[in-house]
Amino acid sequence: MNDPLRPPMRQANYRGQINRAHSPVLAGGTPWATIMLGSLAPVLPVIPAVPVLPPLGFLLLLGWRLVRPGLLPLWAGVPLGLFDDLFSGQPFGSAILLWSLALIAVELVEARFPWRGFLHDWQAAAALIILYIVASAVFSGGKLSVAPLVLGPQILLSILSYPIVAQMIALFDRMRLARIRKIG
Amino acid sequence: MAPPNAKRSGFSRRAQYSIFTGYVLAGIGALIGGALLIVSLRDPHFFSGPRMDAMDAIAPVGKAGAVVRTESKGLLGTVQGYLSAGSRNARLREEVELARIRLAEADAVRNENQRLKALLKLTEEEIKPVAIARLIGGTSSSTRRFAFLSAGKKDGVAPGMPVRSARGLVGRVLEVGDSSARVLLLTDSESMVPVRRAKDNVIAFAEGRADGSLRLRLVNLGINPIREGDIFVTSGAGGLYRPGIAVAMATRLNKDGAIARLLSDPAATDFVVVDPIWKSVAVQAVTAPPGTPLP
Repeated sequence: MNDPLRPPMRQANYRGQINRAHSPVLAGGTPWATIMLGSLAPVLPVIPAVPVLPPLGFLLLLGWRLVRPGLLPLWAGVPLGLFDDLFSGQPFGSAILLWSLALIAVELVEARFPWRGFLHDWQAAAALIILYIVASAVFSGGKLSVAPLVLGPQILLSILSYPIVAQMIALFDRMRLARIRKIG
Repeated sequence: MAPPNAKRSGFSRRAQYSIFTGYVLAGIGALIGGALLIVSLRDPHFFSGPRMDAMDAIAPVGKAGAVVRTESKGLLGTVQGYLSAGSRNARLREEVELARIRLAEADAVRNENQRLKALLKLTEEEIKPVAIARLIGGTSSSTRRFAFLSAGKKDGVAPGMPVRSARGLVGRVLEVGDSSARVLLLTDSESMVPVRRAKDNVIAFAEGRADGSLRLRLVNLGINPIREGDIFVTSGAGGLYRPGIAVAMATRLNKDGAIARLLSDPAATDFVVVDPIWKSVAVQAVTAPPGTPLP
C-alpha cells in the first residue's frame, strides 16, 4: 500500500476508470461555458432597484485566469466580453474593452510576480474589480451624480465574493478533468 | 501558483512569437471594444438588433425564473404573516373601516365626475392595454437600470410605450425584439417623467437616481410646497404617459424638490401592463369629431 507510484488517494479517485479519458469538449469548454453562464446573470429572477449584484461574468473570468493560469488565451476577453455586452445593459463594447484590458493586466501582474499565494491573487482581483466597476459606471452612459453611493456596496460585495468564486472554479476545474470518455 | 512553463518562452523563437501574437490580438480586441463603445455611446440603439435577438433567445428561461420569483415571494410572505398575525389583524380591521369610508367618498366623486363628463359629452372609454407580460429580469450589476419584458413586437409592443404595474408606473419600453423587450426603469439616471402632486397641481420632473429613489425637481421654483408623504402621479405632459398613474412618494425634502421613493418597486412586480403611447390618443381626441369613441 505504500507504493510511492500509486498514492492511496489516486487509487480511490481513479478506481474503475482504467479505460476512461478526459473529454476534450469538457476540458476545453468548461471555462468558456461557465463565464458565459455568469454573463447571463441579468436573466436571474432578481430585479433590484440598486445595482448590488457582483458582475458575475467578470468575476468568473478573473477567477479562471488567476486560479487556473494558461487555460484562457490572452484574447479571450474579446468574444467573452462581446457575449457579456449582449445582456449586461452596458453600452455595447464596454465589456470587450474592459475584459481585454483586465486580461492584459493579469498577464503583466503574472510576469512581475510569478510566485503568488491566494492572498496575492485576491489582492490583484480586488484591484481589478474596483477598476472594472468604476470604469463600467463611467462608460455606462448615465449620469454619475449618485454613483459613489451606489458603487460602494457592489464593490465590497464583489471583492468579498472572490474567494467563493475561486472555490467554485476549483470545483469546475475538477469537473473539467472528469474521465468520462471511453477509450477502446 | 507559478505560471505554467509555456509562459516562459526562453530561447524558443516560436514560443516568443506566440506570446507576442497573444498580446497583439488582445490589444486589437481592446481597441475594437473601445471603438464599439464610442459608437454605442453616441447612438445607444446602434446595436439593439443583435442585443434583442440574444434576449429573445433566452427569454423562455427568464420567464420560468420570473414564476419562481413571484412564487418564492408569496411563500416568504406567508411565513412572515404567521409571525405577526395578531397585531396586524387589529390594525387591518381599523384600516378597512377607514378605507370603506374613503371608498364611499370616491364613489361619490366618480358619480359626480361621470355626470360632469356627460355634460361635456366626453365618452368614458377605458384605455386598452397593448400587452400583459412578466418582467423576466433586470440588469443587476450595471449602473444602468433596465429590465427585460416577456412581450415584444409579436404582441404589438413598440418603443416608447409606458409599462405599469398595479401599484404604479414601472418605466417605458426602450427596444423591442420579437418576443422580448427592454424597459428603461424609472430609477435609471436617464429616465425623466413629468409628474404632479396627486391632490393639486404642483408640477415637477421625476428623475431617476440609479440608487432606487427618484429626485423630484419642481418646475416652479420658490417656496417648496412638498410635504413628506405626498404622492406624485404622472401629469400627462409630453404625451408619453397618460395622466394619473402613480409614480412616487416624497420621503425627504431638499431645496428644489424632494427625494422620493418609487411606488412600484420592480423587484416586487409580477405582471405588468404595457399601455399604448398616450400622445396618439390625445392627438385623435383633438382631431376626431366629438362623440366618437377613443381607441
